[in-house]
Amino acid sequence: MMSAAMDHRASSPWTVHWANISKMAAEVPGVTTYELTFGDPLIAREYQFSPGQFNMLYLPGVGESAISISSDPAEPEKLEHTVRVAGNVTRAMSRLHVGDQIGIRGPYGSAWPMRSCREHDVVIACGGIGLAPLRPAIHHIIHHRDDYGRVYLLYGARTAKDLLYTEQYDAWRNAGIEVEVTVDIGDAEYRGHIGVVPILFYRLRLKPERTRVLTCGPEVMMRFVIFEALARKIKRDHIHVSMERNMSCAVGLCGHCQLGPTFVCKDGPVFTYQALEPYLNLENF
Amino acid sequence: MAPRHLPVGSFVRIDKHDLQSILDSLSQRGYRTIGPRLRDDAMVYDELTRVSDLPIGYIDEQDGGRYRVVSDPQQRWFGYVVGPHSLKNFVFPPHETLLRSHRDADGLWSTQTELPETRPVAVLGVRSCDLRALRVQDRVFLEGPYVDVHYQSRREPLFLVAVNCARAAATCFCHSMKTGPAVRGGHDLALTEFVDHFVIEVGSDTGGEVVTETNWTPCTIEEVQAANDVPQRLSSAMQLRDKTLPASSAGDVEVDHPNGRYLDIRGIRELLLDNLEHARWQAVGKRCLSCANCTMVCPTCFCSSVEEVASLTQDNVERKRSWASCFTAEHSYMNSGTVRKTTASRYRQWLTHKLATWHDQFGQSGCVGCGRCITWCPVGIDLTVEVAALRGDKS
Repeated sequence: MMSAAMDHRASSPWTVHWANISKMAAEVPGVTTYELTFGDPLIAREYQFSPGQFNMLYLPGVGESAISISSDPAEPEKLEHTVRVAGNVTRAMSRLHVGDQIGIRGPYGSAWPMRSCREHDVVIACGGIGLAPLRPAIHHIIHHRDDYGRVYLLYGARTAKDLLYTEQYDAWRNAGIEVEVTVDIGDAEYRGHIGVVPILFYRLRLKPERTRVLTCGPEVMMRFVIFEALARKIKRDHIHVSMERNMSCAVGLCGHCQLGPTFVCKDGPVFTYQALEPYLNLENF
Repeated sequence: MAPRHLPVGSFVRIDKHDLQSILDSLSQRGYRTIGPRLRDDAMVYDELTRVSDLPIGYIDEQDGGRYRVVSDPQQRWFGYVVGPHSLKNFVFPPHETLLRSHRDADGLWSTQTELPETRPVAVLGVRSCDLRALRVQDRVFLEGPYVDVHYQSRREPLFLVAVNCARAAATCFCHSMKTGPAVRGGHDLALTEFVDHFVIEVGSDTGGEVVTETNWTPCTIEEVQAANDVPQRLSSAMQLRDKTLPASSAGDVEVDHPNGRYLDIRGIRELLLDNLEHARWQAVGKRCLSCANCTMVCPTCFCSSVEEVASLTQDNVERKRSWASCFTAEHSYMNSGTVRKTTASRYRQWLTHKLATWHDQFGQSGCVGCGRCITWCPVGIDLTVEVAALRGDKS
């Protein structure tokens, strides 16, 4: 990737590039997708990212927030972030309009292992907003569908109204991705599966030696996804998790996102379960 | 052609009062000169333009939660060891502006990186542990995939006049961490103090140029040997102190008794990471006030937070970086909650990072054995005791 080849050491890691909101789309209650277009044509032309990476989005006077990139890596000029209102920065973002400016630093962090997933079956297990950092991986798989074996998306949300990107599921299914959806709480209109994401594993017939799991969601959900994957004899280093911590500088200099020996911002956010196993189940670690 | 200045590695002798001419020479070269000063009953780093402002004739007594300045019967110039400040204060200051954003009349934002003032700093009186701590911070800020240009702009022109320690506080354990007491590299000049003179070892070309301008004489072999002996004798005494704890003499070298520190670093990474649920963390968590003093005085702690400082009109915004500490709740705060909710978990984070996971991240220990965290802990928590407790009882 271009971003990896760029010489990070040549400029201040705090340098912000300005972008304008070119599109805003309300997804589900409290969640909006922002398409951002860089003001500097050179940056716009050169910017690339890998599935699973994130940007620091900046609103002067409010602050920065680490937001994963949710769009197709093959079309970096249509750079999208699907953002749930959770704190000061995301709340202030929700009050912006098309044309408003947002500062960007990035892309940062490790990526989903799209290369080593080739010729494997891939289980994408995610919950809530955790689908956003996996959508670039889904796009990538669809572009290179023949490189991958069976591909499952196991996705859950609190209610049917909280399910992201529902209008795209048919296209994904048509592209050869088996989409299984579940919600925690059903209602009168909902006809689908009810229950937590890890339960969807029981619908799959997996070949453990050729399966890789990509998971992102609340930590408790990921712990149970890992439990189900391990129960099916999937190798520890074939389970990939995207972690959330307090990523503030994004470049491993501020210390806030440490998780054991790692800085989640630069060593992660995507880790193998094997790397995190000693630390994931420790309370308050 | 012979060099016009004293080469690196040469040893010279100057009369004690000629140290002033070194300060003068540094000032003339444009350096802001910093050195130990007695302020608020502690030795701190501050502006120093006259050697007579050094805390001559004072030493420090340090122990867990205790720091006292007392008079030194030997009237040494550098008889004290380390105070609450370190070089961190000058290369990674407690507060600094990183970036400025401005919104113009059309409502468009632009930003510029704010680099620090360019006047270089020279620090006099730096100890071996602090030189090593600077190397630890260099690794963090300069040698990773991203360079902290703010640190770099202060670090590169830094001029360091080190001092070989002749005395150890009860909290010092550089001998355990192999970071002292002898100055070994990273200095421009290294002083060894005697009654009437200093022996100076030239550590850099700039250092050689500065000394060449003073009233120096070449050292005899005996004088060089005597200078090397000063930290060597202290090192031996500190090792002897380990064997003779708690209360006996350590030869004729002055080593504060009876509470000398020692840290057994054998297998320390595994010791800590294999004992993440040891009951000792809860015990120390009950004593710890989570006040963050240890992280503020630690010369290697590098955590920071950035906050927005906006003008009233919100058109001019600075991003200001300040030291942060893993002992606060907001340090690990995410919108889903704080990761490390308890004091015990924060102490565990700090100690395991400092002594264990620092090796994973930076290939070395994050501790240089300066003992500041012991001295400046209000309740006297002592990391050497905590590690010994983990080692003694791995239940």
